[in-house]
Amino acid sequence: MVQRLVFRNLFHRPVRTGLTILAIAVEVMMIVLMVGVSEGLLRESLRRTRGVGADILIRPQISGATITGADISGKLPDILRQRFPEISHAMGATVFTPGNLQTVTGVDWGEFDDMAGGIVIFEGRPYRDDAPDGNPSFEAVVDEIYARQEGVRVGDGIELMNHEFEVVGIVETGKMSRVFVPLGTMSELQGWQDRYSQIYLKLSDSTGSRSLIGQLREMMPNRSVISVEDFLALTATSVRQMSSQFVNIIISIAVAIGFIVVMLAMYTAILERTREIGILKALGASKGQIGSIIMRETLVLSCVGIVVGYLLSVGGQRLIGVQYPLVPVILLPGWMAGAAVLTVLGSIAGASYPAWKAAAADPCETLAYE
Amino acid sequence: MLRHDAIIEVRDLKKVYRLGKLDVPALRGVTFSVAAGEFVSLLGTSGSGKSTLFHIVGGMLSPTSGSVRIDGQDLAKLSDSRRTDLRKMSVGFVFQRFNLLPTLTAEENIRIAQHIAGLAGANERHFETVIRILGIQHRLRHKPFALSGGEQQRVAIARALVNKPRIVLADEPTGNLDSENSRAVLDALKLLNDKLGQTVLMITHNPDAADYCASRVLHMKDGRIAPVPRGPNSQ
Repeated sequence: MVQRLVFRNLFHRPVRTGLTILAIAVEVMMIVLMVGVSEGLLRESLRRTRGVGADILIRPQISGATITGADISGKLPDILRQRFPEISHAMGATVFTPGNLQTVTGVDWGEFDDMAGGIVIFEGRPYRDDAPDGNPSFEAVVDEIYARQEGVRVGDGIELMNHEFEVVGIVETGKMSRVFVPLGTMSELQGWQDRYSQIYLKLSDSTGSRSLIGQLREMMPNRSVISVEDFLALTATSVRQMSSQFVNIIISIAVAIGFIVVMLAMYTAILERTREIGILKALGASKGQIGSIIMRETLVLSCVGIVVGYLLSVGGQRLIGVQYPLVPVILLPGWMAGAAVLTVLGSIAGASYPAWKAAAADPCETLAYE
Repeated sequence: MLRHDAIIEVRDLKKVYRLGKLDVPALRGVTFSVAAGEFVSLLGTSGSGKSTLFHIVGGMLSPTSGSVRIDGQDLAKLSDSRRTDLRKMSVGFVFQRFNLLPTLTAEENIRIAQHIAGLAGANERHFETVIRILGIQHRLRHKPFALSGGEQQRVAIARALVNKPRIVLADEPTGNLDSENSRAVLDALKLLNDKLGQTVLMITHNPDAADYCASRVLHMKDGRIAPVPRGPNSQ
């Protein structure tokens, strides 16, 4: 019966109830999508690194995952191949970060294709390392997601590093980068001749990578030599730590919005139902029973809001996938549950004061309320 | 004025409201009692203190001094939660404005009193008897806005009675009704008193209503129980 009263109360003011549910749903969606975008970008980056097919990475001694510049000698791949016969492939690459969360990679396409075990080209062809006249080639290859987001087709021009490049091929996604240009061209444009940003090594037998990493570290103490798997794990940890503060701020804002909306909704509800609260008190309802009615209404609002929030999150994920294919969103079940818990706790906190006020109301005053 | 078999016993009850720096006495020493099964009307004009008395006897307001015993329990010695229990189990309220919950049907308005008291599903025969006496069997599925004033008040009376309270306190139960509905409600209260032996303390400003169904009428004036007015023919 009390449960029926709770539902009837909520249906009595459908607009207020709907708006409160919507606010709670937006709170859930903000949390789920924010974490989903953060994790999606990270996982996509890790997937592309793994997609190169290398076992070991040689990088500058930097703490972050993003490389700027190129200071590794261009002769190193050949030296390593000669000294360590277990290295089947050694490839250098340069990386340029324009500042829009994307990177442009300079790489020898033949070496890259070989190390990655073949890259599927959906349309066009790989770029030429040099133009027919011997000058740097201003050709580029992009992956399918970049092409979709930017509306780029083979034959179109794109501006990279303040120069116009012609897109000559569209390839599968998940291999190193989204935009590739000839190694020599990037080196020329950036003034990085005969230097690499990082070197990828692939072994004929990857089980021996630990021993080789030890030897390489002795040989190059001022470089970071790391297995790709360790690099991925470290990058994941480091990026999650960096993004956690931002994510926490967004979550706090979302929970605060939910708290305020629920508090306002329940406060206006008890003001509107002051007389009804007096009736229940006159009938002998205890403070706990009165408070429990307010809390049950809040829980129903929260639960419906959470479900709607999940639906909005799925819709948001699809919308982002269509509008911004470069921004992958992963809906994490753990965080979806976490968002639900945070929402319920925030809502309960928001409803606490109205519930207390209703429970503590004087029956004579509330019955006299007009 | 006090009776040894009293179910309601009010002694020297005083209530002073403080309005800013001003003390406004509402009750100036009220003493009376009501025996079990009695139907007593408390008659008084507006401002005589009868509503204050209603709230104090119902355990919803604390007096400034004096005592109220309901079924042998001194309200002043009860904690807030015990007074709540008393309202739940021993006292049924009928208000001038019906005070039905607008989102519930008539039956739900009656049954919610059972749920609050933890008596859901109990007293079914009593429930049936009460709604039959009150003549609202066919209106149970309707919400308050679909009921006439008289029907709403009879639903409110059923709600007050459903938990078999020892006392029914009725505050101007006909105050919002036309004469036809007033008569129907008073008949219902009288019938419940006659058939079920229900103790009723009815507060009213209407002498006709007070006289119509009460076995005894107490007059209130200026916060006191006044002597019974003597008519021109009384000796």
